[in-house]
Amino acid sequence: MTDRAFVPNEEQAMLRESALGWVRENAPISDLRKLRTDNLETGFDPDLFAEMAEMGWTGILVPEDHGGFGFGHASMGLVAEQMGRNLVASPLIGSAVAATDALALFGTEEQKAEWLPRLLSGEIHAAIALEETIAHNPAGVALTACREGDGWILEGHKQPVFDFGKAGLVIVVARTSGAPGDAEGVTLFLCPGDAGGISARRLTQVDSRGAWALAFDGCALGAGSILGEVDKGLPALETVLDRARAVLAAEMIGSTTQAFETTIEYLKTRVQFDQPIGSFQALQHRAAELLSEIELARSAVWAALAAIDAGDDDVPQLTSLAKALAGKAFRRAAQEMVQLHGGIGMTDEHDSGLYLKRAHVTDMTFGSVAFHRDRYARLAGI
Amino acid sequence: MFADLPIDEFRPAIRDWIRENFPAGLRGCRAPTNGHEPPVGPPGEFVLWKQRCADAGLGTPMWPVEFGGAGLDQAKADILAEELLEAGAFNPIAGLGAMMLGPTLLEFGTEEQKRIHLPPIARGDLMWCQGFSEPGAGSDLAALRMRCEDKGDHFLLNGQKVWTSYAHHSDWCFAIARTSTEKKQGGITFLLVDMKSPGLDVRPIQLINGISHFCETFFNDVKVPKENLVGEVNNGWTVAKRLLQHERTSLSSLRRANAKTYDLVSIAQRYCEKAPDGTLADKDLRQRLADHLLSEHAYALTLERRAAEEEAGLNPTTPVSTMKNLGSKVGLQLGELAVEILGNRSMGWEGDGYTSEELELTSLWLHSKCYSIYGGTYEIQNNITAQRELGLPKS
Repeated sequence: MTDRAFVPNEEQAMLRESALGWVRENAPISDLRKLRTDNLETGFDPDLFAEMAEMGWTGILVPEDHGGFGFGHASMGLVAEQMGRNLVASPLIGSAVAATDALALFGTEEQKAEWLPRLLSGEIHAAIALEETIAHNPAGVALTACREGDGWILEGHKQPVFDFGKAGLVIVVARTSGAPGDAEGVTLFLCPGDAGGISARRLTQVDSRGAWALAFDGCALGAGSILGEVDKGLPALETVLDRARAVLAAEMIGSTTQAFETTIEYLKTRVQFDQPIGSFQALQHRAAELLSEIELARSAVWAALAAIDAGDDDVPQLTSLAKALAGKAFRRAAQEMVQLHGGIGMTDEHDSGLYLKRAHVTDMTFGSVAFHRDRYARLAGI
Repeated sequence: MFADLPIDEFRPAIRDWIRENFPAGLRGCRAPTNGHEPPVGPPGEFVLWKQRCADAGLGTPMWPVEFGGAGLDQAKADILAEELLEAGAFNPIAGLGAMMLGPTLLEFGTEEQKRIHLPPIARGDLMWCQGFSEPGAGSDLAALRMRCEDKGDHFLLNGQKVWTSYAHHSDWCFAIARTSTEKKQGGITFLLVDMKSPGLDVRPIQLINGISHFCETFFNDVKVPKENLVGEVNNGWTVAKRLLQHERTSLSSLRRANAKTYDLVSIAQRYCEKAPDGTLADKDLRQRLADHLLSEHAYALTLERRAAEEEAGLNPTTPVSTMKNLGSKVGLQLGELAVEILGNRSMGWEGDGYTSEELELTSLWLHSKCYSIYGGTYEIQNNITAQRELGLPKS
């Protein structure tokens, strides 16, 4: 039994406090409402992201020899958890977790030197172009990359691609051989955000975040754009995805906790039949049940993050456990938030709907409850 | 001796000790969950193991050495538990004395009470039962009515207790009784009662799985010496509440031990039809089994997280009442899924037509129904979580 490091160390506790303070002071949930009307090219507030980079959050996972902090995923999870409280929109998970880990783990020295400093400084952000089908299915990639001379030509579609707007780098998951569904034949590409042959259509999403549908039509990339090995990209992709899933699950725990706390506060103050509605046993038991579900998810999330940092063998099991339970807990907390607030919970003016919509999108992202339950079951041998 | 070792030397030392002292015939045997089960393994080996653990204080590892413990801190106790598991061994000292009364006496008992009562518990020599519930005081425990009168040189008990686990095999009973009717909680007193006392009558109750662990206990002019008062008169509710916290904690970790003993995955692999890809053919069962495995795994991690938080001197994030309910939920799920997987092989009550594993799992399924009732029902735990932990108002 390894020590799962369930208790943050001093450095992590400081990071958590400063992230929580910053989110409360500088990133109120009203910012998310503004995104719906501001129609920014990026889909997130670039000034807010610049502040995050300034505080070093984009460098949490960048190795020290590339100028970062190399703090690890538990630290990143603590930051993501605080951002989740106020549903802060940023490309942090796609850029500072998925793309950064992909480069740090599988990039050549040249690739690292080219991209990591720019990701670290916040000069650019990165996006991940993975999804094509209705359900998350990393091996199901159909977008093709064919050799042409020294380089490659990409043809196909990606949707949704989060935070593509103004991205300096896009990591594209492509098929270099075999058929959709084959584990072999998947390759990762480093694609500059302004590469030719990509047409992008902005999607309007329920959670107000920026997402795009991309069409690759004769998109030409050089020989140096291969990340990792040709045809052998699926295990690398899964490794990177597990890290992004665990940090996203931490963000979801933050959102879930906030939705829960707001709801409990309402139960204490809303008076009907001359008493606070929180005095009714039917509602008390729903609150207690919800808490127990949140606590299970919380344990799973910190165990997964700690296992990633420790390099343990059970990262896939723990990540699927964490993502499945965080998805269940967040969906349920958001639904209860709407229901227990009654009519006001159905209004756009109230925050309940924002949590409900975000719960849905985060659950679908990088594999839903059903996907991760199935993956966990397979790994368990059933 | 183990208490003084630096933490990095402790693990190899305890590993060596287990290797030298744990009788080979007991390897893989199920740990006793109370002190009343028949000894497991080859004749004499369980008793030998119990003696050796008791001599080293390792059955109650965190108790002070002078009272029969080993004086270990939480970190070392965790390592001991890990190494026992690793070696296929188990802690042979079980029962309510070790789990519940001991920690409570360490906090509230007099020096003399600790000196007299703790060492026999630590050695597994004397068994204790719990005289709390009454016919009219189950979930509403403080409604108890058993009378306790001060007769100068002793207390006199009159009344009835129920669900007294293993009362018929116990040497002592820790009980709560009413010394005042002025205040509900503030009129309760906590006493230690010798089960050989005249006027004490025990009748076992047969349960749905055919086994009688629980008893009715009748008190008819039972005399209790004054030195057997724990805490102060009318302050027994405080002592009892603390003891119940120890009960919830140990009950919830027992559920975990159960899950480790009954491996549903291996049972499913042996009993269920497989699809060509090796997964279970019954997709509906597979999904529910997977949901259970997720809960069971996350529950085990939550126990670890609580232990880590306690060790770091933090207030555990997850309330004890939540842990108790999570533990009983996982245990109940396990029982339901086990009999579903066994199908027609789960209908046996006794006899040769069924394997012992099948009979055991069916009995477990029935027995598991008490997880959400004893130690404070599921519903009472939810009340406690909502009102004490979340601060929701009482109606």
